[in-house]
Amino acid sequence: MKTTTLAPAPMPTLSHRASRWFARNLIRIYAALAFIYLFIPVAYTFAFSFNDAGKSNLIWKGFTLDNWKNPCGAPEVCSALGNSLKIGLISTILATILGTMIAFALGRYRFKGRSVINLLIFLPMATPEVVLGASLLAMFLNFRINPGMTTIIIAHVMFCISFVVVTVKARIASLDPRLEQAAMDLYANERETFRYITLPLVMPGIAGAALLSFSLSFDDFIITNFNSGTVATFPKFVYVSAARGIPAQANVIGSSMFFIALFIVVAGQIIGRRRKAR
Amino acid sequence: MAFLHATAHASAPAIDNAAKKRSLTPYFLLLPGMVWLIGFFVLPIATLASTSTMTRPDGAAVGTYVQSLRFQNYLDAFSANKDQFFRSFIYAGIATLLALAIAYPLAYMIAFKAGKMRSFLLVLVVAPFFTSFLLRTIAWTQILGDEGPVVSFLKALPFFSNDIRLTSTPFAVVSGLTYNFLPFMTLPLYASLERIDPRTLEAAGDLYANGLTTFRRVTVPLSMPGVVAGTLLTFIPAAGDYVNAYLLGNPNTRMIGNVIDSRFFAIVDYPTAAALSFTLMAAILILVTLYIRKSGTDELV
Repeated sequence: MKTTTLAPAPMPTLSHRASRWFARNLIRIYAALAFIYLFIPVAYTFAFSFNDAGKSNLIWKGFTLDNWKNPCGAPEVCSALGNSLKIGLISTILATILGTMIAFALGRYRFKGRSVINLLIFLPMATPEVVLGASLLAMFLNFRINPGMTTIIIAHVMFCISFVVVTVKARIASLDPRLEQAAMDLYANERETFRYITLPLVMPGIAGAALLSFSLSFDDFIITNFNSGTVATFPKFVYVSAARGIPAQANVIGSSMFFIALFIVVAGQIIGRRRKAR
Repeated sequence: MAFLHATAHASAPAIDNAAKKRSLTPYFLLLPGMVWLIGFFVLPIATLASTSTMTRPDGAAVGTYVQSLRFQNYLDAFSANKDQFFRSFIYAGIATLLALAIAYPLAYMIAFKAGKMRSFLLVLVVAPFFTSFLLRTIAWTQILGDEGPVVSFLKALPFFSNDIRLTSTPFAVVSGLTYNFLPFMTLPLYASLERIDPRTLEAAGDLYANGLTTFRRVTVPLSMPGVVAGTLLTFIPAAGDYVNAYLLGNPNTRMIGNVIDSRFFAIVDYPTAAALSFTLMAAILILVTLYIRKSGTDELV
């Protein structure tokens, strides 16, 4: 590229124009490459969900739809998935409720000890997962609590709360306070204002926080591995079977989750845009 | 994602304090969540601290430890695992810089050049997240594996010897870390770049700054909150990670997370695991505090 731009070109040759186009679109090309990089393993996972490889899905052996027709074909895949969905759902509900309450307290009220609360919200996000996992397990062992489903949910709620608080608080902070004042001016009492004005306006933030919690919980491995005992979650199943090869059914489930989540996000955006248009 | 919003509104004007009410309600709202965080974050960390100075009495069963306030545990644990400690910080540091180099132009493009595609491209940045990160990391082990397409291609080139390997190398571990935490870097960067008023960039141009000067003197300083948030969100999980080192590395690329994990489960040496965890947490918190002070951004939460 350099040689062409430095060379004295009396008339714009094709290569000159090409290099100018290249320079102008350099950042787009760079971004396209970054996206390719991001999606290579996703595409690979998707492609190998069609692999006719039996138990160890390492080398391409031929195309088949069997894995998609029978996603529970490999032993334990679906029970692990079921556990993950259950844990994700319960943790999301609990973390979203607790986190939203904290976010409202921080965003709407004055009280003493605000900086301590902020620190307590920030610290779990600044602590490496391995430390969170190890510390919880140390405590459970200390109290002679056997790790299992409940301890996983306890751990997931704990690390999701902070993310919910941050997300919902940002939404509350971006609200126009005049909307609530207007409701009050129109003789809505505090509860009505909250029910009909504040809550609907904050709802997209709460929904985003819930989606975030679910994906954090569903995809968590390190903290779960510390606190799960003998319970297998989907990531744990993948990790354990990594050594001897992962069944293609795991790729089917991973790919489906990808498409489902993408669908939810895109649908959410379209709904949001329509509402705005109205 | 959370930090996307956090940084996006960090400097938004707070609602004036007069509008905020003073009552008992906030305490009721805070109570359940705080009980949870104190019970399942603060208390565990305290337990971890107390476990870290325990010792195993002579003749006791495996996994039985009593408190003996042996602070020497920290020195022992650290000196036995210095290499893994430094390796964790070096790998995480390199991965953070690489992620910054990849994510900054990407976020810049989405913020300033994407037009109507903006929100679609943002979804694309997060989308890989939805496939389990373990599956993606394992996909990398196969793509970079000895039989994989990349190695076959490199072998066909004349510059590489035939026994070239990509997996089980520090290179693979650092690339895995870079890949896995890239969205954590991109989102906060995007949030702070998106907030820049394009008119400030035009103004710089009007004042005869060329593209490079505008970028260096206007864009970069204005995007600093995003850079700080992004580097922290990448560095912290990367330093504590052990999945990439386990799947993509070899015994010589073990990071401190691998040691903590194996101390806990394979060796059942809780005090050492606890001392290492505590040292890691302290080291990260000190680094984070220094970094935030130095960069002058206090608006992370």
